[in-house]
Amino acid sequence: MSGAENPSAATAVNAALPMPSAARLFWRGFAENRGAVIGLGVMVTLLVLAAGAEFFAPHAPIEQFREYFLVPPVWEEGGSWSFPLGTDDVGRDVFSRLIFGARLSLVIGFSVVTLSLTCGTALGLTAAFVGGWVDSAIMRLMDVLLVFPSLLLAIVIVAILGPGLFNAMLAVAIVALPAYTRLSRASALAELARDYVTATRCAGAGRLHLMFSTVLPNCLAPLIVQASLGFSSAVLDAAALGFLGLGAQPPTPEWGTMLAGALQFYQRAWWVLTFPGLAILITVLAFNLFGDGLRDALDPKLKR
Amino acid sequence: MLRFLLRRIGLVVPTFIGVTFLSFILIHLVPGDPIEVRMGEHGIDPARLAALRHQLGLDLPLWRQFLDYEIGVLHGGLGQSVVTHESVWREFITFFPATLELSFCAVAFGLLVGLPFGVIAAVKRGSAFDYGLMGVSVTGASMPIFWWGLMMILIFSVGLGWTPVSGRISDMFYIEPWSGFMLVDCWFSGDEGACVSAGSHLILPAIVLGTIPLATVARMTRSAMLEVLGEDYIRTARAKGLSIWRVVIVHALRNALIPVVTVVGLQVGSMLGGAILTETIFSWPGVGHWLIESIQRRDYPVLQGGTLLVASLVIVVNLVVDMTYGMLNPRIRR
Repeated sequence: MSGAENPSAATAVNAALPMPSAARLFWRGFAENRGAVIGLGVMVTLLVLAAGAEFFAPHAPIEQFREYFLVPPVWEEGGSWSFPLGTDDVGRDVFSRLIFGARLSLVIGFSVVTLSLTCGTALGLTAAFVGGWVDSAIMRLMDVLLVFPSLLLAIVIVAILGPGLFNAMLAVAIVALPAYTRLSRASALAELARDYVTATRCAGAGRLHLMFSTVLPNCLAPLIVQASLGFSSAVLDAAALGFLGLGAQPPTPEWGTMLAGALQFYQRAWWVLTFPGLAILITVLAFNLFGDGLRDALDPKLKR
Repeated sequence: MLRFLLRRIGLVVPTFIGVTFLSFILIHLVPGDPIEVRMGEHGIDPARLAALRHQLGLDLPLWRQFLDYEIGVLHGGLGQSVVTHESVWREFITFFPATLELSFCAVAFGLLVGLPFGVIAAVKRGSAFDYGLMGVSVTGASMPIFWWGLMMILIFSVGLGWTPVSGRISDMFYIEPWSGFMLVDCWFSGDEGACVSAGSHLILPAIVLGTIPLATVARMTRSAMLEVLGEDYIRTARAKGLSIWRVVIVHALRNALIPVVTVVGLQVGSMLGGAILTETIFSWPGVGHWLIESIQRRDYPVLQGGTLLVASLVIVVNLVVDMTYGMLNPRIRR
């Protein structure tokens, strides 16, 4: 809590001064955590790279240079500046594929989180508001989903729906569902016991208004934190599925799929194996650090 | 205590039924008729198909099929592999010890390294060691372990030639499977070379899989220790003149261990998920490797039965962890 003033004391003394805005207060808490700021920096860089992939990448991700198979990175003997991180087994530029892969990974993370966040929150709020057997049914279903190791469940779902990027994203979103459902139900139940909810109810607000306009905004903090952490596990799980041949299919420049394609060459060409994995690690790490920082800044109760 | 136990066991029943229902319904979502899928490309004549459907009960309504399946499962009938025609249970039992051995060594690695590191970080809070360890811990938690495993192979097996690349033991040795745990079997066979070979095959996969519990254990130990170290009885112990390390190890660590052990126990699911990737990379003949192969061979009964068994295992372990915790900490028994 160091650095943050006691809010009541601050308002009493500085009654004449304007309160710092909510955004500024948030940033003050967030910037205390150096790792979180680094994570945010990496995220922004990735976002820029992904958005301008055509501009930053020297080559198209699936363009094959038939004279340049397994060219090493530029700092090794035989490397060249036209392929900064070398080429793969069919002469594609690894660096360009990584940049286009960043776009794909961010899209995967964003879609998965959006899907599981909206569905999970809707289910959790329904469970909390309706109660009774609906509540039990939803929560028991989530218990069942939680019992399966998440990667195994995702693998089984993809094995049944058929391999592919879309099905992999769907599977990862289903696997992530219980976290959001439980979280939104628990915080909605806590809010429902508060006086302001009773007051709104007495004022004649309908159930939907109560759910989405009154209670939901007050449950958002833990959900946002979970979403930023869920983003990293979505990227990780989708890459694992790609690695197992169940996610994006070649020649899509998805990082996990790139790793799977590089397996045969790992003795001869370390770079085709090292860089995609490093990209996954850096992305996941950035979102985890950012998520930890968000948690500390948004929810002092959860502070480590 | 008895009421707590009974209520906790009572909660398991609907979960188990739900798990069987999910594994039942998932297989029914596979496109195509199960018999035609099983027959492959050769096809089958319609009269025989109808007869087979009737014989396997596939013409019954879905709820009847589920009821039959549920009863079958409760009697230990999980069907048989389409490829090997071995029963799924028998196959699981042959592959499971390998996964258990690997996971056990991975958890042991995580505890052996994570506990002391967490303790030191808590005692030397705010030091460079503390920051470094927390950095390593969050990196470990973010690690794509399939890539981590490949990097370890690249460095230690290919680069330095210290350890073998894949499998459980060198082809030079034949060890009669007795317990199914390679290290134990080698030990009892008395063959020193076999023991060394089995150990060197085990060490890399165990470290790779152990990265998951290591990151959690180090972090949990640190935060649990920080909490315990602030308690009054720690100050009392220090005040009566005990050395700091005696206080830390004898008085603090024991109390800090409870949450750590609970978290490790509840991680069994993510361990099994990680085992799938680790076993695939190291060609480790365990349950994860078996399940991935069943997908490649479209061996759906194995996938169904294996998934159900893994989920049941998680249910049982969670139950045991909960009960142990309930015994250790009477406050949660309510």
